[in-house]
Amino acid sequence: MGKINVKLISGRTLDQGSTLENKMSKEFVDAAAICEVNQKNLGTLGVSEGDNVEVKTDFGEAVVCVRVNNGNPDSIAFVPMGPWANAVTGSDSGGVGMPIYKGIDSEVSSTDKSVLGVKELMGAI
Amino acid sequence: MSAENRIITDVVCPFCGSLCDDLEVETDGTKIVKVKKACKLGKSKIMGHERIESPLIREDGKLREATYEEAIERASQILSNSKRPLSYGWASTVCEAIEKGVHLLEEIGGVMDSTASVCHGPTVLAVQGVGAPGCTLGEVKNRADLVIFWGSNPVHAHPRHQARYSYNAKGFFSGGKEDRTLMVFDVRKTKTADKADEYVQIEPGSDYKIFSAMRTILSGNEDVVPSEVGGISKEKLIEIVDRMKKAKFGVIFGGLGLTQSRCRYKNLENVISLVDEINEHAKFTLIPMRGHYNIAGFGQVCAWETGYPFAVDFSRGYVWYNPGETTAVDVLNRKECDSFLVVAADPASNFPKGSVEHMKDIPVIQVDPYHNPTTEFADVVIPAAVAGVEAEGTAYRMDGIPLRVRKLVDVKYPSDEEIFDKMLTKVKELKGA
Repeated sequence: MGKINVKLISGRTLDQGSTLENKMSKEFVDAAAICEVNQKNLGTLGVSEGDNVEVKTDFGEAVVCVRVNNGNPDSIAFVPMGPWANAVTGSDSGGVGMPIYKGIDSEVSSTDKSVLGVKELMGAI
Repeated sequence: MSAENRIITDVVCPFCGSLCDDLEVETDGTKIVKVKKACKLGKSKIMGHERIESPLIREDGKLREATYEEAIERASQILSNSKRPLSYGWASTVCEAIEKGVHLLEEIGGVMDSTASVCHGPTVLAVQGVGAPGCTLGEVKNRADLVIFWGSNPVHAHPRHQARYSYNAKGFFSGGKEDRTLMVFDVRKTKTADKADEYVQIEPGSDYKIFSAMRTILSGNEDVVPSEVGGISKEKLIEIVDRMKKAKFGVIFGGLGLTQSRCRYKNLENVISLVDEINEHAKFTLIPMRGHYNIAGFGQVCAWETGYPFAVDFSRGYVWYNPGETTAVDVLNRKECDSFLVVAADPASNFPKGSVEHMKDIPVIQVDPYHNPTTEFADVVIPAAVAGVEAEGTAYRMDGIPLRVRKLVDVKYPSDEEIFDKMLTKVKELKGA
């Protein structure tokens, strides 16, 4: 089972943004429950685009679908902002109200687990 | 187009802080059927999606339909009976509704925070620390010859920004991208970086030390700068600073890459100080890439009503402002609030899981047009008109310019302003009783 250690970045994408008022839809899951890594990291993980991967941090874990984005260096994985990214984001605000949403130490690995839907994800909190 | 259809021109888009004001919307008299000139984000918002049809109240674990009067009364009872109510959101609605919200939170002695606290709140803190450079987007369009996106990716987050205001825009004294240099600083090569004349890849969490190195070079002390800082060679840093000094009019558009990463507001303090110091050599400014369309408006209204731009606590009988204590994430983390009013936002989706946990244990009131993850925790749901599409009002663009957003179609849903006007009246009645 392949594994990479990366800094996790979350942020806006066009697909995530255009479905954010429609978060209970399949389109939102397809847009936000994803993890982008470069082709080299995809090879290290031993998975194909569209397979599921598990993202783990000190704060939690989430299963998402892997996509290729060769703009990411080897040290970075990107997950669009949303409940899957926030399942692995710490809540400490550094005394200023702002959690660290970008640059979280993470381990990404291949998995046979399924991506949770929005209701399941909320139910698990 | 049928005879009943109507084209509305110069529509202001209520999605992101760019507030593009040149959209064309076609209605058939009852609903919107087409949107022209908008980006994918704006078109999606204006066309709309499946709605919450009726107010809802949770009973025996399940949401049941209710009337607006019943839902507003239940919400008012919850808020009136709370010892420490928290409210969060308010960025995707208009200033007139925000004003009602401030008065409501003052009445119930609650804590009021906006989405800024997990967005550009750190920028606001930096501005309070070292001042606010700034200009209008019109000045950028007309004059900028050096445009820098730092930790921001407008191709995805503000798709028409470059065409309307910055890199590609044709202004009075600029013919467009031929007259400008576009530089992008980011930890990954984004779609915006693909278009840049120069992309500079930096190491995650290194923005602060890069700004420090640039300021050191600018002050003539490059001899103490190490050979590499944050993934950028010293030679490259010297070249970048030199380029910035030669700008006729330079602008940095700062994104969440600065506010949501290591050093948070300190990154902004440092880059604002850099901009200040470059002004000894060249006209230079900075504009934060505000996300929600009226998050800048929340800051304006909250500041003129309370003296502070977000994270205000009315529990003492006067306004207390202390980000880190009075910000929504922290109030939830400490499990301090005993009710939660969420307005035009979705903290269940956008807050870290650890902060969301407390939402299971307290009554949650949601005022929003759409079903979203926060609805899963809500005890009272009050569906509202989409401000800027179905209700009019004032919104502030990312550069602080107020624009009037319009009502494009008539709907059965009340506006946020109407809902909070009624809730405020009801709360006053309950407290008086």
